[in-house]
Amino acid sequence: MAPHDMNTGDAPKIVGDPFKMPDLECGASVDTNTYKAAPEHNEPLGFPGELLDNWQEVAIAKIGELAKKNRAFQVYLDTCVKCGACTDKCHYFLGTGDPKNMPVARQDLLRSVYRRYYTYAGKYFPWLVGARDLTREVLDEWYTYYHQCSQCRRCSVACPYGIDTAEISMAAREILDSVGVGQKYCNEIIAKLKRTGNNLGLNPKALRATLEDLEEDLEEETGLEVKLPLDVQGADILLITPSADFFAEPQIDGLLGYAKVFHAAGVSWTISSYASEAANFGMFIGSYENMREVSWRIRQAAKDLGVKRIIFGECGHAWRVGYSFLNTLAGPFDFLDQSYPIPQHILEFTMDEIDKGTLKIDKSRNDEFVMTFHDSCNVARGSSMGRKEGGQFDLPRQVIKAVCNNFHEMERDTTRENTFCCGGGGGLLTDDLMDLRIKGAKPRMTALQQVTKDHGVTHMAAICAICKSQFTKVMPKYGYEMDSILSVHQLVSNAIILDGQVDPVDED
Amino acid sequence: MLSIVYAVLFYVATILLVVGTGMKILKYARTPAPLKIPVSPAPRTRRGVWMRMGREVLFFQSLFKSNRWIWIFGMLFHWGMLLVLLRHLRYFTQPVWWWVELIQPIGVYASFAMVLGLGGLLFRRIFVNRIRYISDPSDYLMLLLIIGIAVTGMGMKFVMPVDIVAIKVFFLGLMRFQINELPMNIGVLLHLGMVAFLMIIFPISKLIHAPGLFFAPSRTQVDNAREFRHLSAWASQLPPLPEGIPKDEKG
Ligand code: SF4
Ligand code: SF4
Ligand code: SF4
Repeated sequence: MAPHDMNTGDAPKIVGDPFKMPDLECGASVDTNTYKAAPEHNEPLGFPGELLDNWQEVAIAKIGELAKKNRAFQVYLDTCVKCGACTDKCHYFLGTGDPKNMPVARQDLLRSVYRRYYTYAGKYFPWLVGARDLTREVLDEWYTYYHQCSQCRRCSVACPYGIDTAEISMAAREILDSVGVGQKYCNEIIAKLKRTGNNLGLNPKALRATLEDLEEDLEEETGLEVKLPLDVQGADILLITPSADFFAEPQIDGLLGYAKVFHAAGVSWTISSYASEAANFGMFIGSYENMREVSWRIRQAAKDLGVKRIIFGECGHAWRVGYSFLNTLAGPFDFLDQSYPIPQHILEFTMDEIDKGTLKIDKSRNDEFVMTFHDSCNVARGSSMGRKEGGQFDLPRQVIKAVCNNFHEMERDTTRENTFCCGGGGGLLTDDLMDLRIKGAKPRMTALQQVTKDHGVTHMAAICAICKSQFTKVMPKYGYEMDSILSVHQLVSNAIILDGQVDPVDED
Repeated sequence: MLSIVYAVLFYVATILLVVGTGMKILKYARTPAPLKIPVSPAPRTRRGVWMRMGREVLFFQSLFKSNRWIWIFGMLFHWGMLLVLLRHLRYFTQPVWWWVELIQPIGVYASFAMVLGLGGLLFRRIFVNRIRYISDPSDYLMLLLIIGIAVTGMGMKFVMPVDIVAIKVFFLGLMRFQINELPMNIGVLLHLGMVAFLMIIFPISKLIHAPGLFFAPSRTQVDNAREFRHLSAWASQLPPLPEGIPKDEKG
């Protein structure tokens, strides 16, 4: 429950309450809309370019089709009792106060239509069960509010029946896509990936040049030839990492961290230009087929390069797809070395190396930071790591503590399985939704401000490319520098001392 | 005459309840889950999932963590109702089973817990803004219906005792396909009428959450996707994709 009594007694004065209940304000965020996709974004994904003439018919049929193909969708539509336990769990509701951002209300936008066409009560007594016809207004409302859900699943943890609004919102986006109403941000990116192998549209040449630049940086920093290999046939490990790791801060520093760990561990590894993207936006639009195609590239690259293992870099959504779906979508991986998990997370690899003692670490090199950790929700609630249950919470913390002296936890109800989304996940990391992103980040930021006040926390680490980009943008709105968000492997990179490393001479 | 009407009503209600719920369960069981989507904290073993579901069903574990008031009222209502229902077995068994005999006194008082829980839920539905916003007429009516059943039942127990022996004879008779005289008492008719109605709507209303709970992939799946390949029937029929990178797409 919310720590409402923390402002009394000797407890530290709370800066703000991450769970502060907003007043309901109908329509508060109805005008926050993300750009719609153009035909050239929709068509490469197999969707109609523009709104179909018979969209209503198609959408209704699609609801029925999805209910037959997906047990979660069917059961979640039927079993909600409107108990209200989820109503205060969504960061977008807490941030905007718009009641349609309460998880159950968000589900009801679609459930009401399902009831009208697929249930006895809704067909004959619509007013009794809140069933409604599928009109143009309803379709627009779907577009608005299903693009104000980051599919973070915090509401599912709270629900007595495990009802997962993310499943409903993925289905809703698939229905929208099937009638020709796609979202530009996601669909454009997926189309780009199908063309080039990554979400940025970076071609192999440009990628090679980028990696060479980074190798130079590494050499300057360490005096050693630490490699970032690309398309190396016969390497042992294929690294699949979000393309943001190649160009954005602080993601790049994480990538350099992986490279140093691999270097210290003495393993042979490679990046693939064909599968140079870990993030799978097919998940955001709920499209099994698109998700499968995107995942399949990883299998193709692994086979082609003849690698023995696949390791994923720091990316929340990628890791959910990697850990929970990859075997389903692109398996079976019988051609890989079965003595390692398939796929493996970079944190699992690094933790093993730390345990084996292969890494030389000087924790004091991170003494300028007082750290906390943001559990990225797709890792926290949609996947795991390591050999034990809850490894997705423990491993990142163990690694951080192994390379840093100062670490403090945020309020328990905002971490681990209760973590708040950064506000930019699920295909919402686009500038046209900036207002929503800032508001949605509020609960997380408030919890962070609290530990800053109590323990002097200066920086927050995360293991998701989207979280990192989002925080770089929104942290300044909450009184932090934009570089207050760090990659976990950036901390590793700082603390690790490679054999023969020569620290650059400080020139000032 | 009314005895016949009620007899028919209960036969119909029972059939609809059993067949309707059975069909829903079959539908849920047959609908494939294309992906592994267990939500944290997700057990890695089948046994762990059983334990998890046990805690959910018996103690409403998630609700306990997410909303203490709804949990308190929900527990009072559901556990109260369970005891009351078990107590009612005495009207359908002859001789009455020993343990049903044993819980009679608890069952009687459980009805108070049940009504208190339902009242609390109704109060919240009306007075908590967020919950009022998400409530449809049927949500209020459902609570009122169950409160109505409980209150008429308690009325017959504590205020206007009825010929309970005759009621038992009526139901024992139904179970042997014979129609005996049902005491014509307004409390009895209301109570039984509402119960029959509840049975009829059970499979086509949100009451289906009771069996539905056991089919939520987020809670019932084992978190072992890396170890065991999970593949739904329809997904296995998708057209195959090429192995290896096509020559013209190589970098
Ligand atoms: S917690 Fe679950 S059952 Fe309750 S209102 Fe939310 S989705 Fe419905
Ligand atoms: S999945 Fe996350 S963003 Fe979506 S409704 Fe639930 S809590 Fe809100
Ligand atoms: S961006 Fe990060 S915090 Fe936000 S939904 Fe994704 S994993 Fe969760």
